[in-house]
Amino acid sequence: MSGPSTYKPSTGFERWLDQRLPIVRLGWDSFVDFPTPRNLNYWYTFGGILAVCLMTQIITGIVLAMHYVPHVDHAFASVERIMRDVNYGWLIRYIHANGASMFFLAVYLHIVRGLYYGSYKSPREILWILGVVIYLLMMAAAFMGYVLPWGQMSFWGAMVITNLIGSLPIIGGPITELLWGGFTVGNPTLNRFFSLHYLIPFLIAGAVILHIWALHVPGNGNPTGISVKSSRDTLPFHPYYTVKDGFAIVVFMLVFAFFVFYWPNALGHADNYIEANPLATPAHIVPEWYLLPFYAILRAVPDKLMGVLLMFGSIGILFILPWLDTSKVRSMRYRPMAKWFFIFFVVSALILGICGAMNPDDPSPFFGMSYLWVARIFTAYYFAYFLVILPLLGFIEKPKPRPASIEEAVLGPRAHAAPAAAE
Amino acid sequence: MTDVNPSPEGHGQEPSRRDFIYIAAGGAAAIGGAFLLWPFIDQMNPAADTLAVSTTEVNLADVAEGEQLTVMYQGKPTFVRHRTAEEVAAARETGPNQIPDGDSRNLNLVEGSDATDQHRSAMAAGVRDGVEVDATLRERFIIMLANCTHLGCVPVGQSGDYHGWYCPCHGSHYDTAGRIRRGPAPENLHIPPYTFLSGTTIRIG
Repeated sequence: MSGPSTYKPSTGFERWLDQRLPIVRLGWDSFVDFPTPRNLNYWYTFGGILAVCLMTQIITGIVLAMHYVPHVDHAFASVERIMRDVNYGWLIRYIHANGASMFFLAVYLHIVRGLYYGSYKSPREILWILGVVIYLLMMAAAFMGYVLPWGQMSFWGAMVITNLIGSLPIIGGPITELLWGGFTVGNPTLNRFFSLHYLIPFLIAGAVILHIWALHVPGNGNPTGISVKSSRDTLPFHPYYTVKDGFAIVVFMLVFAFFVFYWPNALGHADNYIEANPLATPAHIVPEWYLLPFYAILRAVPDKLMGVLLMFGSIGILFILPWLDTSKVRSMRYRPMAKWFFIFFVVSALILGICGAMNPDDPSPFFGMSYLWVARIFTAYYFAYFLVILPLLGFIEKPKPRPASIEEAVLGPRAHAAPAAAE
Repeated sequence: MTDVNPSPEGHGQEPSRRDFIYIAAGGAAAIGGAFLLWPFIDQMNPAADTLAVSTTEVNLADVAEGEQLTVMYQGKPTFVRHRTAEEVAAARETGPNQIPDGDSRNLNLVEGSDATDQHRSAMAAGVRDGVEVDATLRERFIIMLANCTHLGCVPVGQSGDYHGWYCPCHGSHYDTAGRIRRGPAPENLHIPPYTFLSGTTIRIG
């Protein structure tokens, strides 16, 4: 997409098609001859892995929808029927349920990669914002999908999350009723969540196309953060990165298959195998693991509305990140201070996840402080990282010297003296 | 065609008939689109049949002293609690000024009534004409929506620091009059509108 096309139709049919619909040319320029920095490491393979995750979820989801009944009286039983009676239903459902967790695992590693190597910085701000949009859509899809089996966690998760919106002044109540289609979570809610759960993956697919488009205008970032300067800095996407991505996908699939075949319920909650009961709340309700840090932020604030605003703010802040980070250096490889603040940021996000899973009043191993207070401290750091540390570091920090080019970073400083030897 | 096509040279001249049609058609499409949007939003609101099943009748004679019945009203769990004399006395010791939410949250009373135990109990409910209800029964019974005012979980009865209700989700403590005393819930448990149809029957809604 950037630069002139190198596609040469080789047969008469390809020439005929290319004049009418240059779709082979599009594929060639995007995924075969696309110039890609030669120094991408395995952190850069999660984009491809995520594309596989999305396709897995769509294919298994379409199959599950053939057997699932979106009605409060039949939903739970239909899911159990998928598990017991439908041929290979157990496999397909376990792939779909664990696939959601794998999707989030991959997206978090993809986001961490982006944060560390400064992938959000100019000229890739739109690319980053589209990524945040995809992440939000993923959370909406995951939440609604978790409601569909109509277990206890499904029901009470839906209750708590929809009630969050009710805390907004004036409009909160009417909006919650609009979401429910009744006076509480009930059959209309389940029905519309099913409809939207089917829709959102296709919205994600559309946003992914824009995401790849926005990637292919400036081209890939890379671990040095230095822009591509000449063709010596790049390799064609195929075969170099198709093979690298392919290998990473195979390794990722090993992890995926381990969960599906040997530990399929490890990431779920036992209470969701109890049918939804609107009269009794489980003693300890928790969201799925990938939403725990945000749940911890929500509970860290004693005020209901402020907690909700802070929770949404923790994701909303990602939209303006490209303008909060004032450093001109993209990669934290050359940012000695930012690197440590970032590692501590990742650690604090993980600790927030633990806090989200625990009872807030219980004492933690962290100086015997209650999990509530631990969550408060790390929530403060989460926001400080974006609002204080990154804006100030750009002025305070002295970056380390960077290589002159990607080629030099890979082959050493002598590469320029003997360019022919590098080929 | 040159006289109707907008062109840089034509800037500042009288608008042409094409300009008028262009703006009129665009305006009609925008307003029409906005009107058409409403049915697609409003369809998500509670449907007519959902609204129709909106009352529930309960026979209070079925609920012995110290017992709690949970009934469904508009799809929502609703507590019908027959309190003991001690629980009523404990609730009356605490006035509306001593608690986080001083509002009765009772739809049977005018808005802004204070959260005394009398305003929370069945004493505040309406009675059908010609029906007599025992005064002790009215002060003992309390009817409230069972969803915690924090995020909607169902609190557990006869537990918590105030021996009323305790919400396990995020730790809200309610007293024996269903008033929030400690924890993240912002309001007392809500009381739906209900009326005594006879000495022992109520209709909620």
